[in-house]
Amino acid sequence: MPTVSMTVNGKSVSADVEPRTLLVQFLRENLGLTGTHVGCDTSQCGACVVHVDGRSTKACTMLAVQAEGKNVTTIEGLAKGDELHPMQEAFREHHGLQCGFCTPGMIMSAVELGMRNKEPTEEEVRHWLEGNICRCTGYHNIVKAIMAGARAMSA
Amino acid sequence: MANEGIGAAVRRKEDYRFITGQGTYVDDINRPGQLYAVFVRSPHAHAVLKGIDVSGAAAMPGVAAVFTGADMAANGVGSLPCGWLIHSRDGKPMVEPPHPPLAVERVRYVGDHVAVVIADSLSRAREAAERVEVHYEPLPAVTGPAEAIGAGAPQVWEAAPGNLCYDWEIGDRAATETAFSKAHHVTRLELINNRLIPNAIEPRAAIGDFDRATGEYTLYTTTQNPHVIRLLMGAFVLHIPEHKLRVVAPDVGGGFGSKIFHYAEEAVVAWAAGKIRKPVKWTADRSESFVSDAHGRDHVTTAELALDENGKFLGMRVETIANLGAYLSTFSTSVPTYLYGTLLAGEYTTPAIYCNVKATFTNTAPVDAYRGAGRPEATFVVERLVETAAHELGIDPAELRRRNLIPPDAFPYATPVALQYDSGNYAGTLDAALKAIDYAGFPARRDAAKAQGKLRGIGISAYIEACGLAPSAVAGALGARAGLYEAAEVRVHPTGSVTVFTGTHSHGQGHETTLAQVAASRLGIPIENVEVVHGDTARIPFGMGTYGSRSLAVGGSALAKALDKIETKAKKIAAHMLEASEADIEFKDGKFTVSGTDRSLAFGEVALQAYVPHNFPHDELEPGLDESSFYDPVNFTYPAGCHVCEVEIDRDTGVTRIVGFVAADDFGNIVNPMIVEGQVHGGIAQGIGQALLEGCIYDESGQLVTGSYMDYCMPRADDLPSFTVMTQETPCPHNPLGVKGCGEAGAIAAPAAVMNAVMDALRPLGVERLDMPATPQRVWQAMHAAATPLAAE
Repeated sequence: MPTVSMTVNGKSVSADVEPRTLLVQFLRENLGLTGTHVGCDTSQCGACVVHVDGRSTKACTMLAVQAEGKNVTTIEGLAKGDELHPMQEAFREHHGLQCGFCTPGMIMSAVELGMRNKEPTEEEVRHWLEGNICRCTGYHNIVKAIMAGARAMSA
Repeated sequence: MANEGIGAAVRRKEDYRFITGQGTYVDDINRPGQLYAVFVRSPHAHAVLKGIDVSGAAAMPGVAAVFTGADMAANGVGSLPCGWLIHSRDGKPMVEPPHPPLAVERVRYVGDHVAVVIADSLSRAREAAERVEVHYEPLPAVTGPAEAIGAGAPQVWEAAPGNLCYDWEIGDRAATETAFSKAHHVTRLELINNRLIPNAIEPRAAIGDFDRATGEYTLYTTTQNPHVIRLLMGAFVLHIPEHKLRVVAPDVGGGFGSKIFHYAEEAVVAWAAGKIRKPVKWTADRSESFVSDAHGRDHVTTAELALDENGKFLGMRVETIANLGAYLSTFSTSVPTYLYGTLLAGEYTTPAIYCNVKATFTNTAPVDAYRGAGRPEATFVVERLVETAAHELGIDPAELRRRNLIPPDAFPYATPVALQYDSGNYAGTLDAALKAIDYAGFPARRDAAKAQGKLRGIGISAYIEACGLAPSAVAGALGARAGLYEAAEVRVHPTGSVTVFTGTHSHGQGHETTLAQVAASRLGIPIENVEVVHGDTARIPFGMGTYGSRSLAVGGSALAKALDKIETKAKKIAAHMLEASEADIEFKDGKFTVSGTDRSLAFGEVALQAYVPHNFPHDELEPGLDESSFYDPVNFTYPAGCHVCEVEIDRDTGVTRIVGFVAADDFGNIVNPMIVEGQVHGGIAQGIGQALLEGCIYDESGQLVTGSYMDYCMPRADDLPSFTVMTQETPCPHNPLGVKGCGEAGAIAAPAAVMNAVMDALRPLGVERLDMPATPQRVWQAMHAAATPLAAE
């Protein structure tokens, strides 16, 4: 079994894994970081989105060994201690979540948009969310949250 | 505290754990020493199970056990029960076939459960599952409800000739025939309510655990109603005494009805854990969810509306064939009957209505309640008929409705289909919606679009629903095998904070916030001092769970009653402490005051004294401050409203863009408007999904063609617009909070609004029939097949 090493939420981690282990399985099962979720098996739903070297990535569509040496940030790594990331605050303020299952992936995806685009329009946000499915909210408040969160990120 | 009480848009207390990835969903839970279960499922829609050889699988490394239906039957395991007994027109009870958790003798749909492999890792369980050898003898299959009833269709169950489960009716057939004989005009439609897959983003999961020291079973499961699962599984399937069975629904990632039912996988993992004496964990893949979650809708209907020369509705006649799938799921039989036929009056004064429903078995996954459960189907029939009639008669569709709406002074209003509507202002929501979408300005917008080569249409859906399930006496009289009350316990702690234990369950609806708002505002304490506990049968009183938009109407009412009892007891304590008579104690804004004086006590002081009763007259006043209530509603509640949709269709591609969607809803009193809006948004999205994007397709051999998110079109953010939603409040007159419920309204009203708009857009081309989903391909085909050729530009 190969050994894979990477940095996750600022900590160096290392483990022996079967080569077929997906990154999302490594995070959830080896590291106990269950905030990243699995919602589908065709890479559509986006519940598994994390950041790998700063880019939003579907952890279900990447092998753990492909993340060798990389910097991974999960939803658990967004807040700084008690201080929530502005995008997390925005989701709560604007009721951008209901059951919460799509939320970690939604927030991680939104954070990358906020890094690239300080003032996304509604259309830009909706287009960006092609890879994130929500069944609860109808996206209305998610869009509001992301527009506010992106602006708060650059404030 | 003014911004924390009833009516305030309080931000949700539960959000912190979800936005930081600290929610606890079933798949996040791991029990020490757990094993992993993988199900072997039938690849055939219909086949005889000639034999199962598990020896190869059982011998694989890490495999603890392989079980089949024969193993469970030999152990006395029972059928998954159906909770609602329906009788046919001839008085015969419905056909109720057995529903073993693992199939015996035959498999009846693709995905049907055949065996379970349990191993020490998921990958080993998967590998071993592929080594289970099943000898199937395939049989012909039937998947569509109309085909199943037809002559010569393959029979799913011997006990159900013609695949008929029941042949049910409601209304007055004779009076309706008479009404039609006098009609000036009859509008007739053939309608399909397309089969849908609920697809909550969290797949179903279950963990069975057995404590050999106490003999107690624990089932962690993605359910909307843990006590119901405990009762059904314990009493009917596994014969575990209820006091030895705990069911825990932790955080659940959406349900929409699909997580109400008692599923085979729950029974299997619990039973297996008891056999192997180790925890057994199962989590569905998404493709597994597609074949095995209960599906929704799937009706074929012929509907007619009779009108007089002034456009007054004289009668409505509806014939529906409803697909129940291969087995009867928990609520299934009630959905196309008492949750459907009883809503065919809509918001109108139609005096004569008759509805016949034939429910059929087919070789498809079981069909059961999905957001709206029968009411979207009813609203679609009524509102498509009304809008079509308007266009046929040349009467404006809003005007035609106005001529037939039940007026606000007519309540309580007894409909010809069994319900008594309690309160409503239907013209109010119709007017509000039309104003918000600028209905008057539509013709100009249509012309402007036409000049750009686009087709615009506008559609109305004036809906009503019956929610707040349900008055037990009524439900029982109609065949329900259980009551539908709700329970709440309010435990005041010595230092004045409060825990509310509720039998409802939040899987997105925000009860940890709304129920806390109700309790905090009543007791005059800060909302952060109230904790709401739900989901664990070891902690909460027996409740029926969350579905049917019942949590606030029934669960909130139970809480209000429990709070009444708390107030009564607390006043007794305050009276004792203040040396006054109980009758002189007033309670307001968290203070107990002797009326006419300034002698008062804060809630917290009374709470503490309740638990430090050094000088109580113990024969008159018990210590403690902890009260429960079980609330059985006296009637359904009747949310109602009007949704209006404006679409623009591209003539070259058939793509439909929603350019405006307005919802004006009456949910009675509103506890948290932010949460209500969120519920409406989500429901509308699902309704639009049904109308334009979603459709579950089985091919002729019974294979599920739309078996993944690749093939089943879930609405995404760029498929949907932002919505304009508003509410009017006609309080419910018969529950303590005056609330009606809001969770399903969007899914109930939206499909008709969208399809009425699409048909309106395509009417100039002569398109007369278009079924949901109105995908670009179907719209394009309809445009090109239509009577009126597209004019050359």
